[in-house]
Amino acid sequence: MRITCPHCGERDSREFSYYGDAKTARGSDFASTYLRDNPVGDHAELWQHVMGCRAWLEVVRNVSTHEVISVKEAGQ
Amino acid sequence: MNYSVLDIFKQGLSGNRGWQPLWRSPAPKPSYDVVIIGGGGHGLATAYYLAKTHGVRNVAVLEKGYIGGGNVGRNTTIVRADYGQKGNSAFYSHSLKLWQGLSQELNFNVMFSPRGLLELCHSDGQMESFSRRANMILARGDAVEMLDRAGVQAYAPFLNFDSERFPIRGGLLQRTAGTARHDAVAWGYARGADRLGVDIVQNCEVTGFDITGGVVRGVETSRGAIKAAKVAICVAGRSSQVAAMAGIWLPIESHVLQAFVTEGLKPFINTVVNFGVGHFYISQSDKGGLVFGGDLDGYNSYAQRGGLGRMEHVAEAGMSMIPALGKARMLRSWGGIMDMSMDGSPIIDKTHIAGLYFNGGWCYGGFKAIPASGSAYAQLLATGATPDYASAYRLSRFETGHLINEEGTGARPGLH
Ligand SMILES: Cc1cc2nc3c(=O)[nH]c(=O)nc-3n(C[C@H](O)[C@H](O)[C@H](O)COP(=O)(O)OP(=O)(O)OC[C@H]3O[C@@H](n4cnc5c(N)ncnc54)[C@H](O)[C@@H]3O)c2cc1C
Ligand SMILES: [Zn+2]
Repeated sequence: MRITCPHCGERDSREFSYYGDAKTARGSDFASTYLRDNPVGDHAELWQHVMGCRAWLEVVRNVSTHEVISVKEAGQ
Repeated sequence: MNYSVLDIFKQGLSGNRGWQPLWRSPAPKPSYDVVIIGGGGHGLATAYYLAKTHGVRNVAVLEKGYIGGGNVGRNTTIVRADYGQKGNSAFYSHSLKLWQGLSQELNFNVMFSPRGLLELCHSDGQMESFSRRANMILARGDAVEMLDRAGVQAYAPFLNFDSERFPIRGGLLQRTAGTARHDAVAWGYARGADRLGVDIVQNCEVTGFDITGGVVRGVETSRGAIKAAKVAICVAGRSSQVAAMAGIWLPIESHVLQAFVTEGLKPFINTVVNFGVGHFYISQSDKGGLVFGGDLDGYNSYAQRGGLGRMEHVAEAGMSMIPALGKARMLRSWGGIMDMSMDGSPIIDKTHIAGLYFNGGWCYGGFKAIPASGSAYAQLLATGATPDYASAYRLSRFETGHLINEEGTGARPGLH
């Protein structure tokens, strides 16, 4: 799996560390902390380019095929 | 037909042509008392104990694929009772006791082999924390012992005792732990349930629920609508999709876990070794293959195969602790979809919809749980309450704060 960092270009996914679902607000603290949509198919998620520019990225990835659909800086 | 030694002898003389299929393949009936969704280890065990212990026999197990195609046929078969947290310890202790009599109970050889499980320690601090856990395990009556370096060397001489990075300081040994044959567990429970009248319906995917006024009335499936007084979800890695069809959001993420097997070798590893710090564990199957694995790939996944990054890591960790491994050729690798809960522990509970029950969140450790989970879920379905040993596995614990977080890694399923 390869992720194209907007700053560093296309890199092996091992350079990145995974946080999880990019949707972090779900109405209550309980829901935000513990509940997940956990969909099959496209999933917007947070990755950090720890072995590169260290930017937090929002990656849309198909969790069944691992195709990376889009990458942008998180929070933008 | 009850299997016996005499039977094997007679079948041998007649060319083994007289064996019958292990279970029928009935078409689903229009209605059941209990419909279990998912024919993995947990679903089949639940059906078996419902019929056997509680006399509830008008039961169907609906499986979208084939029996043994899910995680029950993909795991590395380790059975142990070395959990530290309250809630987990009583449950896995009970499960291990059920494993000890399972072949007799099912009249089916599940090849349970208590060959021991050794967890390696590499520092004084780790020895202390493992000793604490060992004391907790002893205090509730399970067997465990701590080995020093010489003890580990005598018990598992094939390990690397010259490692500079991870010197072996000692280990926690549970001699009653071991392995079993995974498919045999699925087949044995399926046969046992079928013999008590349970319908096992393969190639039958549940695609929706019939819920009116907050009460479940049945399910929609790829083979038509089926009515049921009670519906029991038991679908492991697909928990979120199935629960979402009933409007339930779960504290679960799905992740892939890989495993690997080498070509068959002569007896070499006579126990299970867990090199936890390196994220590597290994045992040798009865056929001779070295079966090993490591951690989750680390990101959400529904692909039943893993990435090369984790494969490389597992191979490196294996080589560092058992250098001889490098002489063996790897035969196959595969993956299974883990229902990773937010605290790393499972859920066996009612839902807020009357008649709808949930069993899941087994993470990468649900094989050893099958006998206890099946009996607890069956009791919940039959009587409305779980037995004491499973009473901590509430769906509401995430809201009330009664988490059972064995690893202490917080709500990060990829890190459990
Ligand atoms: C590589 C690997 C190694 C592991 N090692 C160990 C180990 O050493 N020790 C241990 O204790 N545990 C281990 N596990 C974990 C263990 O295998 C699982 O926790 C356990 O098998 C899950 O429960 P199950 O058997 O019921 O799941 P499954 O066998 O996956 O059963 C769930 C079933 O539900 C079916 N299903 C899904 N959706 C639907 C639907 N809509 N309609 C109908 N049916 C549906 C699926 O097809 C599947 O057959 C491992 C897992 C993996 C992948
Ligand atoms: Zn970058």
